[in-house]
This record gives sequence, C-alpha cells and structure tokens, in this order.
Amino acid sequence: MKFPYGDKVLEHFKNPKNVGKIEDPDGKAIVGSPACGDMVAVYLKVEEKEHRITDIKFESYGCASNIATGSIITELAKGKTIDEAKQISWKDASDALGGLPKIKAHCSVLAVEGLREAITNYEEKHGLVKEKKPTTVDEVKRRLKNVMNPLTGLDVVRGNLITEVKVEEGTVSIWVDLPENHIFAANIQEEIKERIETLWDVKKVELHFNPSTA
Amino acid sequence: MPEIVYMDNAASTRLDERVLEAMRPYLFDSYAVATSEFGHSMGIEAKETLEKARSSLASTLGISPEELVLTSGDTESSNLAIKGVALSLGEKKGKHIVTSKIEDFPVLNSVKAMERYGYKATYLPVDSAGILDIGELERSITKETILVSIQHSNQEIGTVQDISAIGKLCHEKGALLHVDATHTYRRLDIDLAKLPVDLMTFSAHTIHGPKGIGGLFVRKGTPLGKWMDGGFQEFNLRAGLENIPGAVGFAKAAELVTNEENERLASIRDKLISRLLKEVSETTLNGHRTKRIPQNVNITFHYVEGESITLHLDMRGIEVSTGSACFSRSLEASHVIMGIGGNHERAHGSIRYSLGRFNRMEEVDVVVDAMKEVISRLREISPLRKEEKT
Repeated sequence: MKFPYGDKVLEHFKNPKNVGKIEDPDGKAIVGSPACGDMVAVYLKVEEKEHRITDIKFESYGCASNIATGSIITELAKGKTIDEAKQISWKDASDALGGLPKIKAHCSVLAVEGLREAITNYEEKHGLVKEKKPTTVDEVKRRLKNVMNPLTGLDVVRGNLITEVKVEEGTVSIWVDLPENHIFAANIQEEIKERIETLWDVKKVELHFNPSTA
Repeated sequence: MPEIVYMDNAASTRLDERVLEAMRPYLFDSYAVATSEFGHSMGIEAKETLEKARSSLASTLGISPEELVLTSGDTESSNLAIKGVALSLGEKKGKHIVTSKIEDFPVLNSVKAMERYGYKATYLPVDSAGILDIGELERSITKETILVSIQHSNQEIGTVQDISAIGKLCHEKGALLHVDATHTYRRLDIDLAKLPVDLMTFSAHTIHGPKGIGGLFVRKGTPLGKWMDGGFQEFNLRAGLENIPGAVGFAKAAELVTNEENERLASIRDKLISRLLKEVSETTLNGHRTKRIPQNVNITFHYVEGESITLHLDMRGIEVSTGSACFSRSLEASHVIMGIGGNHERAHGSIRYSLGRFNRMEEVDVVVDAMKEVISRLREISPLRKEEKT
C-alpha cells in the first residue's frame, strides 16, 4: 500500500497524542483556516511561577496533516515555558513529523497558530501583556478574522457575517448576520466572546443576532 | 493486508478479463493501421474490425455507426462537442453557451476556455438535490445560444437529469444539446433514436473497459468543426491513429453490462445508503433519493473532514473519494456540493462510494462497520462534535 504521507505523520494521524479538552483551561484558542475549512482547538494548563506548560490538549476538525501537526505540536510544547513554546514553528513541527507535503502547509500551520493564540489567551488572562493599547474596532476585527463560519469556509469578517462592530467604554458590540437559532450560532458566539473578552480594557461583549434572517 | 474494497469506480474501473481477451488479438496479431479498401490485407482487416466495433457500440444507442466518433475518452469527446460546435456556429449564429454549475471538468473547463475566446457562458443553478431548473434553462437560451451542455448524471452525487425534457426545450428554442453520459452509458437506458439530443459523450473506462477510448455521438447533420488536425480519420472529425484494440475493448465492455448487473448495483447502493443513514448519526445524503444512477452513493458525515476519513478507510483497504478541499489537488471544495447548497461544511465531510461490477453485497457490511468506527474516532477529536454522538 502506498500512502500519501510518511510513517511518522501516519502514526500521529492514527494515534494522535493529547487529544481532547481541558476543563477550566488557563489558555485556550480555536483557530480556523478559511482556505480549506479545517479547525483546531488548543487548551493549556500553565504553572504560574515559571509559566511552564504542564498540560496541553487539542481537537481537530481537519485533514490528516492537520491532525498529525496538532498531535506533534502538543508533544513539542509540553513542559516548555510559554516563551519557549511561542518559538515553535511550522518547520519544527514538520521536521518532527519527518516532513509534510508543501501543499498541506496551510492546514498544518493552523495547529501552530492555535498554540500561539492559546498562549496569547493565557497572557491576556494573566495580565502578562506588556503593551496596553486601547482596544479599537480594527483590533476586534483582526481577532475575528480567526473565527470561521463553517458554512462558507470563510472567516466571519471577510465572509460578511459580521455586519457592524462598535467599541464604547469597555463594551464591544458586534452585529452578526445569522438568526440566533442557527446551527452554528452558539459555536460562533462562544468563539467571538472568547477572543474579545480577554482584551485588557474590555468589560463586556454584546452579540446582536439578526432576527430577519430566521 | 486487508482485502481491498474498491468503491471508486466513478474515477475508473478494473478492466474485465473478457475485455482484455477480446482486445488481445488486436495488440499482437492484427496490429496494423486501419487503411482504405485499397490498402494491404492487414490494414483492410483492421478497418473491418474497427467498423464492427463501431457498429456494435452504435446498436446499443439506437444510432447509425456513422454517428459515432471514437475518441480518447470523455474529456476529448466533450472538448470536441463544445469547441467543435463553437468552431462551426460561433461566427454564423452567436457566441453563447449554456451549461450547469455542477458539470464535470471536461465540460466546465471547455466552456470556460471558450469564454477566453470571447464567448459568453451561462452556468445554470441546480436545486438542493442537483436537479436542473428547467424554467431557468428556458430563460437562459437566447437567439445567440448555439449550444446547451448538460450532463445525464452527476459524477459526484449521481443525480439524473430529465434529458428528454431538456432536449425538447433546447430544440424549441433553436439550440443544440450536448449531453455528458460518462456515468450513465449502459447503466441507464439511452435510446438516441427517441431522445432529442444532438451530441453525447461516452467513455469506456467507467464500464470496465480500457482507459484511453471513448466516443462522441454526433447526430447526422449536426454542425461540428474539427479541432484535432491531422489525417482524415473518424469521418474527418478527429485526426489520429485509430485505437483499434481500444475500440474492440469498448464494444466488449458495453456488451458485458446487463440489466441484471445494474439492478444488483442498485440494490447494493440502496442497502449502503439506508444502513449508513441509519447506523451513523448526523449524516446527510447528497443527491436525489430516486433520480440517481445505480452505482452512486454520496453522504456527508458532519463534524469530520473527508481526507481524514478516506485515509483511515484506505488503511482498512477501502477505497473511496471525498469532496473535501483537503483532498483535491486545487485545495478547492467540491463545486458540486457547493452547487447544491453552497455549504462548505457539507463538502468537508462528504464521501462518495461508487460501485462497479466487482463489488459484492457483503462489502456493505465491511464498509458500514469501518465507517462507524472511523467516524466515531474522528468525532472524538473534533471540536465541533456534540456530546455522545457517534
């Protein structure tokens, strides 16, 4: 039999390490790739003195290279400090897997982004962000570009799912062009909130669904 | 090593041994070029063999042998139909071609190619089961329209179009109709003596015939330009050395498909569909429930990705295909699944099982068991999974 991946990739694909959720994570991120529709979630437990990653888990809605990279990245990050873990690159993951097809780079780079976003999430929650800039509409939109609409495979900003964003005195208001009872509404709401709530000057995130699309 | 369960017959099929036996003499004993009646004896014999194969194929379609141009396969046939009609009528009548959004690439990309030469194209929508909207078709045909190209059945979801009604409408409005019958030839009844169709594409490799041979039906009197230049072969419509072993194999392959076989495939199809929908949760059948070719099953397994599914199945010796972007060379989600709903998530987890002569009913058990296990494993690691869903 001739498989499209090397043995190491196949091994991590067949038996991925560190799969699942962590209850009450210290850091968490869900990232999606608009290009192919894959998604990765990364959960962290971090020891607070040295900021060392003591536990890490991932979930994948993706292809084989996405799953394998998620698995290897958790192995590489476990036991490292967050500053060390931030340095892990796609190349490191690919090398550890014995090489990944170039065409699959964007599905597998997603896991690396997921790890970095989860670390950022931890830093924000623990007041470790050094530069405190006031939150702007542009910053909110930048963060929302990582929230994918699984229906279209586009992120919610470029896919025009977000129709308006306002930032006023610590409250971020976001208008979403979906009915509240839509099958992915809860997912998207949760993801949006998680990405924005951690910003240091944000007190409240309000989502407004569009009843006329129901 | 597990025994292989091959369910990717829409992509290509295993050659039937009887086809190979029919071809063998024309590879080793009678290998000459088909010549005119004044050529050498081996050439005359080759010509007779070629014409016998052509007649045999023509008789399965209710056409005369002069109406069947042999080509290298469905890609070439559809190219010849679309570009040939454009060459012949483009300057005289108009430069508008109508097709559907879910056609296979030979048709879709031939039409796109003509757009680069100043032609206008209309890509008609289909409904959620893949059925063409006849009203839309009627509105799309103008005085400038030279050709409508609509597939008989879809390559991914197996939906069958009402070719008779489509042809009638095209002729009322003065347009020619080309039909891609790559996946319906010998699987569904096609009587071209009755069907209002001007051009039809066929291929041998989907019915256990050899690769590299196909045909284009060209109804007598249909204006068609020649674009493969060279000699005067194939009624001066397609230059190039005739593929005589291929033609013999194609005719044999066509002869070997029986109604009983098609009924048997339909019963495997129905069993596979009903068991998968019943025994795996959160699934959607893609395509039409009844207007469907006997050899096609296409199902979306929600919350999981198709390339991961196919790789897991491959490790268990089961060969299928998916409409997921991750699987395609272009990294684009299936235009067919997008065309029937515009839904990326549905393409992401879609699996096509396409059946052929060598599939057996017992394989349904193997496939259903494997699907249950694979889908449950992948859902365990999916962030989208709902609780307790397998």
